[in-house]
Amino acid sequence: MNRSSRLLTSFVAPLLAIIISFAIASAVLLLVDIDPLGAYGEMWAFGTTTESLISMINRAIPLFVSALAVAVGFKMGLFNIGVEGAYLLTALIAGYLAALIALPSVLHVFAILLIAALIGGVWNGLAGWLKVKRGVHEVISTIMLNFIAFSLNAWLFLNYLKADIGGLTTATALIPESGWIPSLNFALGWFGVEPRAGTELHGFLVIAIFLGVFYHFLVNRSRFGYDLRASGINPSAAHASGVNPKRMIVTTMVISGSIAGLVGMSTLLGFSHRYVQDFPSGLGFAGIAVALLGRNNPVGMAFGAVLFGFLERSSIILDLKDVPREIVTIFQGVIVLAVVIVYEVVSRYAQRRAIAAAAQATADLEVAVMA
Amino acid sequence: MALEPAIQLGGITKRYPGVIANSDVELTVQPGEVHAIVGENGAGKSTLMKIVYGMVRPDEGTIRIRGQETHFKSPKDAIGAGIGMVHQHFMLADNLTVLENVILGSEPRSGVQIDFRAASDRIKELGAKYGLRLDPAQKVETLSVGERQRVEIMKVLYRGAQILILDEPTAVLVPQEVDDLFASIRDLKSEGQTVLFISHKLDEVLTIADTITVMRDGLTVATTTPDQVDIHQLAELMIGSELPTPETRESTVQEEVVFDVDDLSLTNETGRRILREISFEIHRGEIVGVAGVEGNGQAQLVDSLLGLAESATGRIELNREDISTAGARERRSKGVGLIPEDRQRQGLLLASPLWENAALGHQYKKPYSKGAWIDKRGARKQTEDIIARFDVKTPGPDVLATALSGGNQQKLVVGREIMANPSVLVAAQPTRGIDIGAQGAVWEELKRARANGMGILLISADLDELIGLSDTIHVLFEGEFVAKLDPSEVTPEILGSYMTGAISRAAT
Repeated sequence: MNRSSRLLTSFVAPLLAIIISFAIASAVLLLVDIDPLGAYGEMWAFGTTTESLISMINRAIPLFVSALAVAVGFKMGLFNIGVEGAYLLTALIAGYLAALIALPSVLHVFAILLIAALIGGVWNGLAGWLKVKRGVHEVISTIMLNFIAFSLNAWLFLNYLKADIGGLTTATALIPESGWIPSLNFALGWFGVEPRAGTELHGFLVIAIFLGVFYHFLVNRSRFGYDLRASGINPSAAHASGVNPKRMIVTTMVISGSIAGLVGMSTLLGFSHRYVQDFPSGLGFAGIAVALLGRNNPVGMAFGAVLFGFLERSSIILDLKDVPREIVTIFQGVIVLAVVIVYEVVSRYAQRRAIAAAAQATADLEVAVMA
Repeated sequence: MALEPAIQLGGITKRYPGVIANSDVELTVQPGEVHAIVGENGAGKSTLMKIVYGMVRPDEGTIRIRGQETHFKSPKDAIGAGIGMVHQHFMLADNLTVLENVILGSEPRSGVQIDFRAASDRIKELGAKYGLRLDPAQKVETLSVGERQRVEIMKVLYRGAQILILDEPTAVLVPQEVDDLFASIRDLKSEGQTVLFISHKLDEVLTIADTITVMRDGLTVATTTPDQVDIHQLAELMIGSELPTPETRESTVQEEVVFDVDDLSLTNETGRRILREISFEIHRGEIVGVAGVEGNGQAQLVDSLLGLAESATGRIELNREDISTAGARERRSKGVGLIPEDRQRQGLLLASPLWENAALGHQYKKPYSKGAWIDKRGARKQTEDIIARFDVKTPGPDVLATALSGGNQQKLVVGREIMANPSVLVAAQPTRGIDIGAQGAVWEELKRARANGMGILLISADLDELIGLSDTIHVLFEGEFVAKLDPSEVTPEILGSYMTGAISRAAT
């Protein structure tokens, strides 16, 4: 694919999708007699305050990590629906264990992250193992494993892992401060941004960015990534090239699960410092949407996560203005569908152009050879 | 009164982005004649036939069927006008009978029931009339390739076709089956049917056709008859140059055995034996040919040799080292190369750039990777070398593989395997579906690799190619090597007899 067609697919497609989504969301709002421009204006005004922007990024961090987990699977044609169960189960167990261990600060954090990646990897690896050994499709097994994870989570939490902390909240014991990830507010100061007290930019942002870079190098630059992509594009050819398809499936599910295990860590280590009953859920499913939105491209997924974060944060104002905030959910749903469809259309067009250009250039070559 | 032509095409033009598949094509087919369309792959034969059959609509031009101007929207319209097409790849349901396959989609009914008796009678009647021997009650899965083709022809006749388009009908047949097909075509003709015969095999065309139209680069360059041209003139019309030949001159076979296969067997999941005690050896500088009708275990043989079939048993030695338990990657890295039979399925990543395709199968070693990382620069450089040496027509290594013609894709695959310099190269159908120019180039490269000491296992359906290139030929029949033949003494006819089991199990 040449430069212009790549430009076309990576920028024109999402832009078109966003325009289409706005049009559909507006139509829905008009249908219920609400002025869409007014609603968008409110969202924009509220969503662009310093506190909202920080909240947007905080919301985007786990979405981005979740999208990375899903995208690793997507790259080889595996649909890991099980990120949801993996991260919730991991957050509980890792949160419990984190409160038990005592280590110097940085080491403590890394030990927790390692434990989380291990648990997530094993959990989603199960689905890979089932696929290889028993031929169970990973969509089925990961959906089932989600239910098991939810139940296991509730059972372990309420019977064994919750701490007696008094009050009305049910939670695990508090993680010692050595296991906390500090906020990045100090860095905001360098840019002259002074958020209100109580607003913190999660320090996990740094780790998320590192994960994005890691994903890029793993998928696009490493030999493993080559095998991964080849398996996704053409499994028979990958097999013939020497890739062991079974090992590849298990490895990929383990990697996907390891990243999934980290989804809850920004909240756990940066904010709540313990697993709480109302620990944010739904991030695993939203990650699928963000991965689709970003076309498995790390930068694209970062944009997607930020967009979702913005929509979620700014939707808070809608309640106050008597606009049903479900409109944001509709918007999120529509934009994913629109991206998938528009991208397909645009990329077909771009590919046709690329093929035509190559054919033309080849024809020119042949003429030149004959002359 | 002169009869109206069965088909008359005027000024047919069809453009695809960047390519003109058909340019101002004129074609007149008289009723009751066998009209052959010859041309290389990519000359526009298929597009033209798809236009006649209503699968593709032309950008310009007129189609007249029996004098009537028509505009087909779909094959349904074409079938309604009495045109039937037999595709190269059969579209049959294996677990249904001949009868069920033939009537599928146009079942005769009496009330709510299917009238099988009426259908069966009609099939027998048509079979007798056109010399198509078929048992309506037989399951299709038990039929040979030639019989399956007869079912396809029967399907078309059953729907009342008077104009039959046969797309490369002989590509999948052995010589004896070709004779049967030609007998049927003569019967069809004598009963007044019009046959359009698409082929690039010139000797067959000269045998069967009344009129020959030659296509090149989307144009009809000549219309002639078999008594006006000989095979060389026809070839020149088709490609504008001499026919390349697969023949090798002198033997380069050396003493040293590079590949030794002993008692290779394979049983599938249902317990059926696909391969039975196959043993052979390949010496340095030797091409060992494997002849066989497709579906006799060729694909499984390749998989077993490459380590892709887990349940294969037997002993395989590469350079005197036992590799029977090694996986595919290990075998490849130890020096087993593969030109897969279906390049798009097993040999290419169509949606990826050429340099990633050149790396496929060699991604774990230099120059394609360094340690755990893909070496993009090294891979692109190597791809440029392949492009230059193997004359792959492309603007550069960043073009997507899907943008290349079949012949150029194949040259890239052959190039990457030969450049990797394996001890043994398993070449399955290395020239299938590519034009004569590219075919000649692939033959030259195989010969050169052989001269440089590479051992090659050549599995091919093209008997001339097998006889021309091989130093030894084994015949694979129902999963077994039934004969070992000397190519200098064997003819395509003898080979065909072994391949169909007509001569069974001869001692060498």
